[in-house]
Amino acid sequence: MSAAEATINTVRKTALNGVHRKMGAKMVDFNGWDMPVEYPSVGGIIAEHNAVRRGVGIFDVSHMGDIRLSGRDALAAVQHISMNDASRLAVGQAQYSALLYPQGTFVDDVVVHRLGDDDYLLVINAGTREKDVSWVRDNTAGFDCKVENLSDDFTQIAIQGPKGVELLQKLTDADLSSVKFYWLTRGTVCGLRDILIARTGYTGEDGFEIYIPSDEETSTRVWNEIFDAGKEFGVVPCGLGSRNTLRLEAKLPLYGHEISDTINVWEAGLDRFCKMDKPDFIGRAALEKARQEGIIRTLVGLEMIERGIARDGYKVLDEASREIGYVTSGSFAPFLKKNIALAYVPPQFGNIGSTVKVEIRGQGVSAQVVPTPFYKRPKRA
Amino acid sequence: MSYPNDFKYTKEHEWIKADGKTATIGITDHAQEALGDIVFVELPKVGTEIQKGKTFGSVESVKAVSDLYAPASGTVTAVNGELTTAPEKINKEAHAAWLIKITLKDPGELNSLLPAADYEKFVAEEV
Repeated sequence: MSAAEATINTVRKTALNGVHRKMGAKMVDFNGWDMPVEYPSVGGIIAEHNAVRRGVGIFDVSHMGDIRLSGRDALAAVQHISMNDASRLAVGQAQYSALLYPQGTFVDDVVVHRLGDDDYLLVINAGTREKDVSWVRDNTAGFDCKVENLSDDFTQIAIQGPKGVELLQKLTDADLSSVKFYWLTRGTVCGLRDILIARTGYTGEDGFEIYIPSDEETSTRVWNEIFDAGKEFGVVPCGLGSRNTLRLEAKLPLYGHEISDTINVWEAGLDRFCKMDKPDFIGRAALEKARQEGIIRTLVGLEMIERGIARDGYKVLDEASREIGYVTSGSFAPFLKKNIALAYVPPQFGNIGSTVKVEIRGQGVSAQVVPTPFYKRPKRA
Repeated sequence: MSYPNDFKYTKEHEWIKADGKTATIGITDHAQEALGDIVFVELPKVGTEIQKGKTFGSVESVKAVSDLYAPASGTVTAVNGELTTAPEKINKEAHAAWLIKITLKDPGELNSLLPAADYEKFVAEEV
């Protein structure tokens, strides 16, 4: 067992923990990680959220895990354990995908990066790190493929928002304008050579995620240099609070909410990331069967019509106040200035424009099924 | 932040200011700070009877839902309607952005609440 896998019951800290505290962040326990939820000194969640929509914000996402698969059978191994088609990836390209159980439900959702010919990096969720690493190891044992848990090797910083590209370009020799969304490159960042720079994120906005060495001194220096370079763009540090509202507006799923070990791919509406025509993969047979049987619930976007905020776990009711489903994520949406939610309901209630109720403190509060994502970033020249 | 001396406070972070039989109720600056950006308030209607120690509504920030507990019993005589469209006023001025006004059932109930100095001490120890 590696050091990371042995420390399940202690609160973990990223290398930037001291920086967050110094900046006056409000800290919370997130899946065993001591993480910033917001920075009241810059105005809190709403200000952070809107800075990312209109300018740029930076996030410490070092709690995310990283698994590298390399070797002759690396592609075959990735194909076997993930639902998207990794054979379509060029070197330097990334894709959203998921690891599935044989039942077609989720071990985790992941971003697969193709680093080299036989070299892939899976970026995984914080709360599922150990489970994912074991899952990947166990299910790739028969392949000629090395599996490395690099989770503790990187400090991962996300630079998100329309001004992110200009900000990061000040600090790197890599030509960022040539890196398309969901592509990656390598370059010198803040004097550090050969840094992985991916044009990815979890905000519904353009942006980058960089992977730097995880020692405290380097991490702190780079964070501060990004912060200083971003001042002309009004950069703000962002916590998990705005990360959640940003991803909710963009309808990006969160493990344990929209996806889990009991929800399958079709229910979650992630069909376009699941390639049934590629070679066999774990979960495929169950999904084939599930597709024929049809789904009993579907993920919909709700906008509150009456006053009230739907929260995770609240019941969804039909017009006759019968329970029909539940809310997976709900919040005030800081950019849209609406109360929005994602919820599972039977398909017959999922038509755009139909109305349902959300039970809030014992009262049925009206909501309407609306198109998703709630927010789509404007196309920029 | 200074806590006004003519207010009394609850350990659930409400304040109450009495003027004879009438009293004004809000949440404390500490409460708004702990909650973060307040985006929603749910308050009782005029005429509602509220009971000391029982919930009479809620405030919600982006992240959290928090019940409001009545610092004293009485009948609601006014509701701050401005907070429906501008709940962020509580973040800006928690001790001015009142929630409701009530007619006190028993002004003596306020004697059991915390004076400013004690509340300040309570908050300091809570962190």
